Amino acid sequence: MKRIITLTVNNRPGVLNRITNLFSKRNYNIESITVGHTEIEGVSRITCAVNVENDSIIEQITKQLNKQIDVLKVTDISEQAMVARELALIKVLSTPNTRSEINAIIEPFRASIVDIGKDSLVIQITGESDKIEAFIELIKPYGIKELARTGTTAFPRGTQRTKDSTRNISIV
Amino acid sequence: MLQETAFTDMKAESKQQLSGSELLLQALEREQVEVIFGYPGGAVLPIYDKIYDSKILHVLPRHEQGGIHAAEGYARITGKPGVVIVTSGPGATNIVTGLTDAMIDSLPLVVFTGQVATGVIGTDAFQEADILGITTPITKYNYQVRNIEEIPYIVKEAFYIASSGRPGPVLIDIPKDIATGLAEMPEDKEIELPGYQPTTKPNYLQIRKLTEAVSRAKKPVILAGAGILHADAAEELKVYAEQQRIPVVHTLLGLGGFPAEHKLFLGMGGMHGCYTANMALYETDLLINIGARFDDRLTGNLAHFAPYATVAHIDIDPAEIGKNVPTEIPVVADAKEALKQLIAQEGKPPAHEEWLQTLESWQQEYPYVYEKNNSQLKPQKVMEMLYEKTNGNAIVVTDVGQHQMWAAQYYKFSKANRWVTSGGLGTMGFGLPASIGASLADKNACVLAVLGDGGFQMSTQELAVIREFNLPIKIVILNNGSLGMVRQWQELFYEERYSHSKNPVQPSFVKLAEAYDIKGYVIQTEEEAEAVLSEVLNNREPVLLDFRIDPGENVYPMIAPGKGLNEMVGVKL
Ligand SMILES: Cc1ncc(C[n+]2csc(CCOP(=O)(O)OP(=O)(O)O)c2C)c(N)n1
Ligand SMILES: [Mg+2]
Repeated sequence: MKRIITLTVNNRPGVLNRITNLFSKRNYNIESITVGHTEIEGVSRITCAVNVENDSIIEQITKQLNKQIDVLKVTDISEQAMVARELALIKVLSTPNTRSEINAIIEPFRASIVDIGKDSLVIQITGESDKIEAFIELIKPYGIKELARTGTTAFPRGTQRTKDSTRNISIV
Repeated sequence: MLQETAFTDMKAESKQQLSGSELLLQALEREQVEVIFGYPGGAVLPIYDKIYDSKILHVLPRHEQGGIHAAEGYARITGKPGVVIVTSGPGATNIVTGLTDAMIDSLPLVVFTGQVATGVIGTDAFQEADILGITTPITKYNYQVRNIEEIPYIVKEAFYIASSGRPGPVLIDIPKDIATGLAEMPEDKEIELPGYQPTTKPNYLQIRKLTEAVSRAKKPVILAGAGILHADAAEELKVYAEQQRIPVVHTLLGLGGFPAEHKLFLGMGGMHGCYTANMALYETDLLINIGARFDDRLTGNLAHFAPYATVAHIDIDPAEIGKNVPTEIPVVADAKEALKQLIAQEGKPPAHEEWLQTLESWQQEYPYVYEKNNSQLKPQKVMEMLYEKTNGNAIVVTDVGQHQMWAAQYYKFSKANRWVTSGGLGTMGFGLPASIGASLADKNACVLAVLGDGGFQMSTQELAVIREFNLPIKIVILNNGSLGMVRQWQELFYEERYSHSKNPVQPSFVKLAEAYDIKGYVIQTEEEAEAVLSEVLNNREPVLLDFRIDPGENVYPMIAPGKGLNEMVGVKL
């Protein structure tokens, strides 16, 4: 199952190395990892998407991460209502004939064309990973020349639903 | 008046400039470092120039790996961080094994490595190695100093991190220009580590839960690991075990945390542990793990480990709880704090008379045994003699192999911190240098360095240090002319195909000792052992004893790999 863990860490040299090292040392499968500054100077946020077989592994991962001296906070937000976003850039083959078809796919996904070349165009799309995957599937038949994904970055929503209500799923 | 003001102003302006190396040595003095194990080289020459004038004792091992193992021995005995200084590149890579060993056995170390000057880092400069990258997974924390003024704070923080929480090695990489550059002594700064706040006080509800579980238990047992020693909790363990009359099993690394001759002591558990200890871990209905990490050499096949037990686990490291064994009562705490609170509960002791009787009958029925044989010197006999002749008061340091297990089985530790062995990593070459650190940590103690003929040859060069400092180390080589533990596995699991485990050519260990001006003896019989031990254990001279033991002797009991605690072999003759 897929889990999303967010960490806040001291922005010190070697921190990212320590975190990624820990994943390989403990034989955990990491799907994506994103890093960036936060609103606090000297503190960065890391978002890891991991695939685990069971809950005890995720518990171990969280504990091992927590143990790191430069890790300030670790949260497994998978069970919470959250905003999770990823950005993908997709260079897809296009001819004048297919361009309008592609446009028709792009629109409902609220993706945008950010570059147009002679025989290709570059699409930018943001959203939850599922949405991006669905989009990629639809665009594949036109011929994907290049694909770059940032991996998920996420945090919990400001208001959390109570436990028994359904998980908030956003379409945007 | 005017004049005086002018004078003070001037003084304030010309605050003394100190070099990075001077700041470093002053910081070490502030940490009350007694001994540095170090080896010089290009990148640390500026530091060595200051060591030349320092009051701190400096010990030059003859190989950096020896230096770091010595620091581990020192740390194990004193509980204080062992300090190591090595040069960049090869000096730094030579301590990688020691760092890994200290990491897995939770020993506090503060290790300084030289580094090429900041301007050339990343250019593959002479003797450059990415030691931060190399050591990230094998240190509790590591630093590279970027600003000279940071040195005092980093050193202070490193000592704190190394010795607090679950102890471990911390490395500080110092580029050469940082060691030579000048800066003013910065103001002292309080340690501020928001991401590192070890929980030392136990959760009260869990303590209650554990107390109640003990009252209800029919077959309780305590598994005490080295966490007892790191937390200085041997006394509390004894008081608690006696208050509740709970029998105690030790891990290999925990030995000495509970007195071996105590009525409630069951012995060591694990692959070569004794029958009663392992069967207690198998049969128990309440397993209280205090400061052990359920290592596979202790648990055997997890499917057969404590199958009937409610498991409680007290550990300073929350990540250890539930890692290998599902745990119903987790207690994140320092062992001493947790035991104090458990004692204060004064819970109703369990009604477990029957269990205590069963355990006692097992102890009668299944003690450690070996074949008594007059034609061959038995290693177990040697260990028994050493125990008797030192009245159990020696510090025992071992290398890794069969001899290590015989030492653990037959030397009975009545006090904490008298036992130094490489457990988690099982590092051959550890014993001799670790005995040097142990001896420097307790200068009055008789130190027995129990080694195999194989492992001794991995750090023979450190004999020079023993001679130089005239350390009262009795080197006991249990010489079976083979890599005995490997040979035993090949005998048992590889159809006696002894691939590269027998050493057909051995040097004369006695002559080797003599080359270092250390007296040596070859001992082939019990009578010779009797005579020589009576002589050499009564003086403070270093000595090497080459015991020619039965080369076919195996370590028993044994839990074969993949087997459970209840499947020991070699329990009886
Ligand atoms: C550095 C290292 N290399 C290899 C091993 C594997 N190993 C474990 S015990 C052993 C044999 C040790 O032989 P010796 O020192 O003579 O001790 P004995 O078992 O004979 O008592 C070996 C090779 C190890 N533990 N450490
Ligand atoms: Mg041997």
